[in-house]
Amino acid sequence: MAQATETSRDKTDILHFVKANIRDYALLISLLIIMAYFQYSTNGTLFMPVNMTNIILQNSYIVIMALGMLLIIVAGHIDLSVGSVSGFIGAVAAVFMVQWKMDTALAVVLCIALGGVIGAMQGFFVAFYRIPAFIVTLAGMLVFKGLALTVLGGASVGPFPKEFQLLSSGYVPDFTTFQLFGQPFNVLAMAIGVVVTALIIRANFKERSNQLQHSMAEEPNVIFFGRNILIAIGFLGFTYLMARYRGLPNVLVVMFALIVLFTFITTRTTFGRRIYALGGNEKAAKLSGINTERLILLTFTIMGALAGLAGLIFAARLNVATPKAGLGFELDVIAACFIGGAATTGGVGKVVGAVIGAFIMGVMNNGMSIMGIGIDWQQVIKGVVLMLAVFLDVYYKQKQG
Amino acid sequence: MQPILEMRDITKTFPGVKALTNVNLSVMPAEIHAVVGENGAGKSTLMKVLSGVYPDGTFTGKIMFEGKEQKFSAISDSEDIGIIIIHQELALVPLLSIAENLFLGHETAKMGVINWYEAYARTKELLAKVGLNESPDTLITNIGTGKQQLVEIAKALNKKVKLLILDEPTSSLNEKDSDALLELLMGFRSQGISSILITHKLNEVTKVADRITVIRDGSTIDTMDCSDGTVDEDRIIRAMVGRELSDRYPPRHATIGEPVLEVKDWSVYHPNHAERQTIKGVNLTVNAGEVVGIAGLMGAGRTEFAMSLFGRSWGQKITGSVKLHGKDVDVSTIPRAMDAGLAYVTEDRKTYGLVLIDHIKHNITLANLEDVSKNGVIDDIRELQVANGYRRDLAIRSSSVFQKTGNLSGGNQQKVVLSKWLFSGPDVLILDEPTRGIDVGAKYEIYGIINKLAEAGKAVIVISSEMPELLGMSDRIYVMNEGRFVAEMPVAEASQEAIMRAIMRS
Repeated sequence: MAQATETSRDKTDILHFVKANIRDYALLISLLIIMAYFQYSTNGTLFMPVNMTNIILQNSYIVIMALGMLLIIVAGHIDLSVGSVSGFIGAVAAVFMVQWKMDTALAVVLCIALGGVIGAMQGFFVAFYRIPAFIVTLAGMLVFKGLALTVLGGASVGPFPKEFQLLSSGYVPDFTTFQLFGQPFNVLAMAIGVVVTALIIRANFKERSNQLQHSMAEEPNVIFFGRNILIAIGFLGFTYLMARYRGLPNVLVVMFALIVLFTFITTRTTFGRRIYALGGNEKAAKLSGINTERLILLTFTIMGALAGLAGLIFAARLNVATPKAGLGFELDVIAACFIGGAATTGGVGKVVGAVIGAFIMGVMNNGMSIMGIGIDWQQVIKGVVLMLAVFLDVYYKQKQG
Repeated sequence: MQPILEMRDITKTFPGVKALTNVNLSVMPAEIHAVVGENGAGKSTLMKVLSGVYPDGTFTGKIMFEGKEQKFSAISDSEDIGIIIIHQELALVPLLSIAENLFLGHETAKMGVINWYEAYARTKELLAKVGLNESPDTLITNIGTGKQQLVEIAKALNKKVKLLILDEPTSSLNEKDSDALLELLMGFRSQGISSILITHKLNEVTKVADRITVIRDGSTIDTMDCSDGTVDEDRIIRAMVGRELSDRYPPRHATIGEPVLEVKDWSVYHPNHAERQTIKGVNLTVNAGEVVGIAGLMGAGRTEFAMSLFGRSWGQKITGSVKLHGKDVDVSTIPRAMDAGLAYVTEDRKTYGLVLIDHIKHNITLANLEDVSKNGVIDDIRELQVANGYRRDLAIRSSSVFQKTGNLSGGNQQKVVLSKWLFSGPDVLILDEPTRGIDVGAKYEIYGIINKLAEAGKAVIVISSEMPELLGMSDRIYVMNEGRFVAEMPVAEASQEAIMRAIMRS
């Protein structure tokens, strides 16, 4: 079929490009539609500065774990234990800080390291003994759920020291007392927003000019500019809303830094590339000299550390460690990745997708709660959305193939 | 006599491409009809039209079977009237028995309860017809590919086949099994069953086919009648590629130098059966600029030897020494073997060679990401230049290096795997069945690449089941049988007979 390849070379036209990348656009458009719908049905509550801040605080730990989960799913595995592990680490943090009065910074470092060790232990069985991750982490889920109970003695432990609470309830302090429309306006937050937006756009343009130089730009001009304008509006609008409340939450800064880091890891590093190869064809990856066992071990370790961090954030947010913390988080985290386009068979998935997936779930949770929809129906609706997202994925793939 | 099958003016277009243009094919009753053509010429598409994979209305043209026009809307429609296709990738369930596989979907059952006595009796009957002497209880996974192929054919017989279509049936069989299969087809012919044989092996075509239809670029080029004695391999090749192939093996101008690879007393045990020694004290030397062939029947241990050498990727309890350029080297893991200068190009490119869901560029650099990265960060531009370089040098036919390797033809996939290993910068290349399942034109190009490697002073080992290829490409040939090297001969003294004699005598 020599002609087939010849004609597809001229796919500069916009429609063709959109069609080929329909999955990415569909995801973003879905998020926008869902946001618009809830903005309407909650009478404008959704986009209120205080509510936007809340959405970030409520979903930060899910987003953070989704980053690690994406690596695991791309590598062709799964981790069901992240909810229990994050709950367990929250409990350990309470013991460290509340009962043992350990230094906060030290406790945080130890907790994240402990999460990493837990991840490594599970990854060890998956990587070297080839026990399916589903089984290993199902066992881990039970073990750490039980251990969280044991550590806390079945009761809630709190409150945490002030400086630890700042992790979830603190904001990057402003240097002015500027007021907008008679209300405090966080100038620093807005300034950071503008700078970050500028940096992102600059990076995009730099990449674009590189692509053009080596004639590897597949994205039509219109879409490239449109995309950048949307990014600018999105980021600036978002920071504007944040600034009108109390500024940038500390946890947002942490989350954003991790998103950037993981995007970089997956798209630009040899480590990331090897994970995609491992998930795409483990035998070929192995025979190409890739140490697949070490790679699997490493992804589970990263996942464990992120679950630890998420557990800390959640405990700091509640200001108490409860035996029930982390319950069911794994479902939201895994759903975020699959809604975001990761493939169950491994080898496919993007960090941006997982993040958007997490926010689709988050905005739906938030919007439905404001509307007063019961937890029962919320679950039903979330389940349907997950199914629909994966169905569309499979459907379009079949159509293309 | 009226043809049993006539396909008239079949035209099939995919979005933007004409895959078939006015193709005509007619098959007589009790005839073996070979369909040949390069990869991507449209053979598979034509067979998909015939078997109803592409339903009526998605193409234009007419299909006449036994004198009646047929409009298939699904595969089951073509099967119902006796057209059965056996695909290259066998459709058997490995962990079910032969009997269970034979009747899968057509169980001899009443109200859903299977009558196993009847099923077993019927299985024995069918197995006898294809000359397979196995118990119906045997699991598919426990019999070789050759026998699995026979089970597939038995399955077709169970469905009262009138026209049997075989897509590359012998590509993974050794010579003996291939011959048995071809015998079987000739047996069917005498019972009045017609076959369409799709294959790249021209010696098979000339051996059994009554007529040959050549397809090139989606059009029928010629239908040759083998009974008039004017058909030979050269004429078929000319029709297939549309040009003269003056020499099927391009000449090589390499000077053979010092030994590069020396393997001594290499012994390997089976990974699952610790007591079974698969490789028994093999000694091998390959010199710079030399192409060394390893001949042998299927199961002789050639792939196992190569993989055990390449970072112990096969087997256990491996003993023996490996020298590169006269120095002892450690090849105990794949990264170490690669560091030492070895590269192994697998016989099974889809399973062991390529990440099929990823594109050409990522596949080419996979084994040597270090050379396109700094401190673990990949240099996109450099990577692109590398990939484009190989795409140009090896003439990988694709829209760009961003095309998924799963969508490439076999020959181009093979070139991507080759590129990957060339980029890893090896001194010794082990090529395992480098031209399996690829067409004549691409084969010639692969031979050219092998020659260039030898001319650049690399040591090349070629494992192949096609003896003419070994004889045409090697400087020296080792003959392997049952885990041992039983003979070594310079190519001047080698012939198919000499190799077979060495195997039989051992």
